[in-house]
Amino acid sequence: MKLAYWPGCVSRGFTPELHGSVAKVAPLLDLELVELDRANCCGAGVIAEHNQELADTLNARTFAMAQQVQGAAGMMNICSTCQGAQSECQERLDASANYRGEVNKHLEPEGLSYQTGGEWWNKNFLWILAEEIGFDALRERVQRPLTGLRIAPFYGCYIVRPSKRLGFDEFPQRDAYLDLLIEALGGEAVEYAGARKCCGFPVITMNRTTSLRQAGRHLADAIDAGADCLVTPCPLCHLNLDLQQPAAQKFVERDLGIPVLHLPQMVGLALGLEPEELGMGKHVVSTADVQRKVADLAAA
Amino acid sequence: MADYTLKIRRFDPESGEPAYWADYDVELPPERSVLDGILQVKDREDASIAIRCSCRAAICGSCGVRINGRSALACNTRIGEASERGRAGVITVEPMGNMPVVKDLVTDMEAVHWRKVRRVVPWLVPAEEPPEGQEYIVPAEAMLDVTQAMACIHCGVCVSACLSLEVDPDFIGPAALAKAYRFVGDPRDGEHEARLKDLAEDPHGIYDCTHCFACVEVCPKDVAPMNQIMRLRRRATGDYGIKDQNNGYGHEKAFTNILERWGTLHEAQLLPRSFGDGSLVKGQTRPSAIRQLVESLPTVIQGLKSGKVSPKKALVHPKLPDQKQVRRIFDEVESHDERIELNLYIIGEMAGEENE
Repeated sequence: MKLAYWPGCVSRGFTPELHGSVAKVAPLLDLELVELDRANCCGAGVIAEHNQELADTLNARTFAMAQQVQGAAGMMNICSTCQGAQSECQERLDASANYRGEVNKHLEPEGLSYQTGGEWWNKNFLWILAEEIGFDALRERVQRPLTGLRIAPFYGCYIVRPSKRLGFDEFPQRDAYLDLLIEALGGEAVEYAGARKCCGFPVITMNRTTSLRQAGRHLADAIDAGADCLVTPCPLCHLNLDLQQPAAQKFVERDLGIPVLHLPQMVGLALGLEPEELGMGKHVVSTADVQRKVADLAAA
Repeated sequence: MADYTLKIRRFDPESGEPAYWADYDVELPPERSVLDGILQVKDREDASIAIRCSCRAAICGSCGVRINGRSALACNTRIGEASERGRAGVITVEPMGNMPVVKDLVTDMEAVHWRKVRRVVPWLVPAEEPPEGQEYIVPAEAMLDVTQAMACIHCGVCVSACLSLEVDPDFIGPAALAKAYRFVGDPRDGEHEARLKDLAEDPHGIYDCTHCFACVEVCPKDVAPMNQIMRLRRRATGDYGIKDQNNGYGHEKAFTNILERWGTLHEAQLLPRSFGDGSLVKGQTRPSAIRQLVESLPTVIQGLKSGKVSPKKALVHPKLPDQKQVRRIFDEVESHDERIELNLYIIGEMAGEENE
């Protein structure tokens, strides 16, 4: 399947292991990715907070570029926040022909235009796995089932709320895909309170206490539920849950130390890739325990 | 033969006993409400179950509870659908979150919700005296913008679901902040700037919202409290340029400036710029900024040590090949005199027709 691919900013910035692991995993899933390397930041909700029309125009530019990719089934993103911010803009652009026309005027000089209707979509990698590839087909490709690995799913707000905007009418299981995926890859999905809660990242510069109490609490809940690691489709969640984890300990007054995987890293492990190919050494919280368990699986 | 099982969290503080869960059978068709189910149990099995309710039609906002963990009005939730979402078909019903429980499903709305609503000065402070012997009439279109905030029925369901309140009980919260926007967006009010300054400077005000959409998801009246909070931020920074001690202004300016300059996010500059009202220089020289940078230093070092971030990447960020396009879009959109906002709450149905 050919896809226009929007990697987002953070996957090429502070979580390069995410961008790298997608590049390794995609060919194993027969995904041909055409990277939109001229597209701009989705605005992460901050640009919309500043100026809604600006956010809508910037994302219309990205959508228009994706629509120009010949033969692409749709657009793929690898970040819950991109998904949420872009879905929000798309909802407004699709709702009003007048408004869309006004926005498209700003794109005219480059011959770009966002066209609504038809089958065009923008889906997170998680949704691609569930809806375009399918868990059954995925199961057949598993080389190294993640048997015995207890994985706590962390969805990221923007991929599960608001459900009305995010296509839950058509795909009601979107808030369960991560759990279903873990099981499809042979792992055990851990149930804990924080799976669909907020990582706190959006207020890390504005209210550090609120932000890191949130991150710390979810990590602690996952540890108490017996998880070996977390997995998330959102690199911003990853920043608060992994990069900030040592700092978060202070705010929940206990030791943490649980690794957090990016979604494509987990998929890659199950498809037989090695941890170093997936950049698993580039985490703040060591993934050594997960790597050891995976190595034991291979030996068994 | 029971149609459904309700698992209700019972708690009577006067008994001295801890809270417990109790199962009750209900006979009802699937289209009836969870509230109907609770009332049937009260009627047939245990009259001592406490629940607050009145209209049964999502108007009075009395019967807020959590159903299978999700905050909602019991009268507005179909029992059949709740059962589909419940574990093994069992519907759990517990009191709303983020507030004290009075008894069973009744929470103390005064302790949290009403106290916070009063915090935002929930009345109009007129800008001027009405014309002699006349009412102060506002053009209808001037009020359109606040109709969404005015739809609030003060049920507290968003307060119950709020993920910031869960970790910071002092957060003013979604319902009260939506109420604040109702007056900030009202052209008759004369205290817009003072209201915004107050809510921006409060460490538990508009910049304590984590933008998680939990309130938007659960509101039975589509008030979308988080959207109203974002509007408060937009007005505070955009219209009044309020530079707050929480870096709310700085964060927005930093993010916007970085995008305008590079097209994608230059993360390494986001922190100092956020601490310096958007300016990189201020963010590295102002004492308050330096203090915050030092506080973030261990995290920065962790990032470098892990190999996620190289010093080069932290210093140099590539511009998009077509950055001129992004800059032109910024110039065009930001040079409008009037802010163009498309509110689907207001134009929703109209827009559908326009598309056909």
